[in-house]
Amino acid sequence: MEPYARLDAVAAPMPVANVDTDQIIPARFLRRPRNSGYGQYLFHDLRFDDVGKERPDFVLNQTPYRGARVLIADKNFGCGSSREHAVYALWDYGFRAVIAPSYGDIFYSNSLKNGFLPIVLPADAAAYLCGQVQQRPGVHIVVDLERQQVTGPDGRVYRFEIDAFRKHCLLKGIDELDFTLGHRADIEAFERSHGNSTPWL
Amino acid sequence: MTAAGRTLLDKIWDRHAIVQRDDGQTLLYVDRHFIHDGSRRAFEVLGERGVKVRRPDRTFGTPDHYVPTVGRDLATIDDPDARLMVEAITRNAVAHGVTLFGLDDPRQGIAHVVGPEQGISQPGMTIVCGDSHTSTHGALGALAFGIGASEVSHVLATQTLWQRKPKAKRITVDGPLGAGVTAKDVILAIIAKIGADGAVGHAIEYAGSTIRGLSIEGRLTVCNMSIEAGARAGMVAPDDTTIAYLEGRPYAPKGEQWEKAVSFWSSLPSDNDARFDSEVALAAASIAPMVTWGTSPQDAAAITGCVPDPTEIADSARRSAVSKALDYMGLTPGTELSGIPVNRVFIGSCTNSRIEDLRVAARVATGRKVAASVRAMVVPGSGLVKRQAEAEGLDRIFKAAGFDWREAGCSMCVGMNGDLVAAGERCASTSNRNFVGRQGKGARTHLVSPAMAAAAAVTGAFTDVRALLQG
Repeated sequence: MEPYARLDAVAAPMPVANVDTDQIIPARFLRRPRNSGYGQYLFHDLRFDDVGKERPDFVLNQTPYRGARVLIADKNFGCGSSREHAVYALWDYGFRAVIAPSYGDIFYSNSLKNGFLPIVLPADAAAYLCGQVQQRPGVHIVVDLERQQVTGPDGRVYRFEIDAFRKHCLLKGIDELDFTLGHRADIEAFERSHGNSTPWL
Repeated sequence: MTAAGRTLLDKIWDRHAIVQRDDGQTLLYVDRHFIHDGSRRAFEVLGERGVKVRRPDRTFGTPDHYVPTVGRDLATIDDPDARLMVEAITRNAVAHGVTLFGLDDPRQGIAHVVGPEQGISQPGMTIVCGDSHTSTHGALGALAFGIGASEVSHVLATQTLWQRKPKAKRITVDGPLGAGVTAKDVILAIIAKIGADGAVGHAIEYAGSTIRGLSIEGRLTVCNMSIEAGARAGMVAPDDTTIAYLEGRPYAPKGEQWEKAVSFWSSLPSDNDARFDSEVALAAASIAPMVTWGTSPQDAAAITGCVPDPTEIADSARRSAVSKALDYMGLTPGTELSGIPVNRVFIGSCTNSRIEDLRVAARVATGRKVAASVRAMVVPGSGLVKRQAEAEGLDRIFKAAGFDWREAGCSMCVGMNGDLVAAGERCASTSNRNFVGRQGKGARTHLVSPAMAAAAAVTGAFTDVRALLQG
């Protein structure tokens, strides 16, 4: 995983609640190999019509938002299916962060495992930022994970919370699996006592 | 000073915490891990890292998402990528020594049907699977939740997960259910009340006399859809119903171990003075057979109701969401739900494909015919459910009525195996998600109970099943 760098990038607005992972990537693409380039499937049925032509009204098909790396969404973004492909699709398209008032819990953890940052901001702050990037298409937003800050186009600064361990892993590009394998002795000790107290397991 | 009482969640969580970090993350031990044909990527990661499965004895596999339901022959899968997914789980299970209920095994089925049915899922356990509907297994008094592919590889390699403890929400449903009102209607009513994000960050404990009165099959249906309210886990405290359900199942403890297990399980229910972070209460008497009209499971209403009118919704974001949903669903505001014609009926999925579900649907279908305008199918949740149904003659009732009688799998709930609803078709489905495109591009899904699905099949339109159950 690559270390998470400070972002100064175009943000795209998606002011819709409950954007589920079936919308982010339809089920029929999940069988493709990981290296097949999932960016082409991102929001597929919202982005493309039945013959594969871009739908001009979809936000990512509008010129100023094409290079967007930050998505500003509404509550419960990424709800539904546990498909990690939703994060692969966002990542492969070029997104590195999403800002929303809340997330599907599984999507939230999947994001962090893939170096993708789901930022929680209060609903009014997310809506305000969303309005700004709608009014000034192509405008930049700054995401500074180190300082846990988002800076809006007007220079307004918003602080966000993230677990210290998750932040550390993102900033250093640390793979969680390596870290846990370092706890092998703890796991073995736990398994011995767990086995004694519930021997039928 | 007395210590505060503990919830079922507290009790299971504390028993599985290996390491607690200052920042609130806990290294949680996993008792049972289910894998399926969507788990290929996780095994690739293990391969890339040169890591073996740490506890193959705690890992159980069954292909479900991509399997054909017209037969058991892999050659019938047209898409080579899909066929590879099913072949991969067999290969990976063999390579890592994991127990597999393969396509040639009558125990094969949907992971969330197979786990409880085999007695692999038990009270007090932590259970995970790379599928959001893993919350299902919580019906047995376990902490069960869905995970992503990275977490699947982490569990395969370490038998653990880093987790932040969820908050506890108790949802209490009291009173007797009306005739024709089932567990599916209860959970749809709950989601309609608290919203699709009503339990984000929480584990739900379902309580109250209505929940107590449900069979394990019914509780599995309720817990299954916890994720549709945003909760990663849903659970019901183990009781006599749980114990009776598990006794004698192949993987349930036996003899002296059984006695020990039962005694342990009896210690798990939340203490009377346990505190929950939030509480919700519903009266069973207020719940009617439900049907969804929109594109989120929260868009549910009683069959006696009407399609909502967006112009009557004050909140502008909600108004626009409802408007868009109705446009996709091809519905006119104010239309009575009863009488809306359907083209397809799907009885199946990890929500509603167990023997009890098939019995109630068969009861409605008995002596009736699927409407000429409808194509209907029944997909049992496992090979054993299918056998049981056939032993009871349910297959003959369905076939005589004109339903397709299929082999076990996830099928039309998510359409990954090619069982799809065509664009513009309207489907009465016993599954769990009515998302845009969920059952196929442009498909219009209405979530209902098995009884309501059967009623829609034989009348050709959404119908209050209570009228068909009389006499």
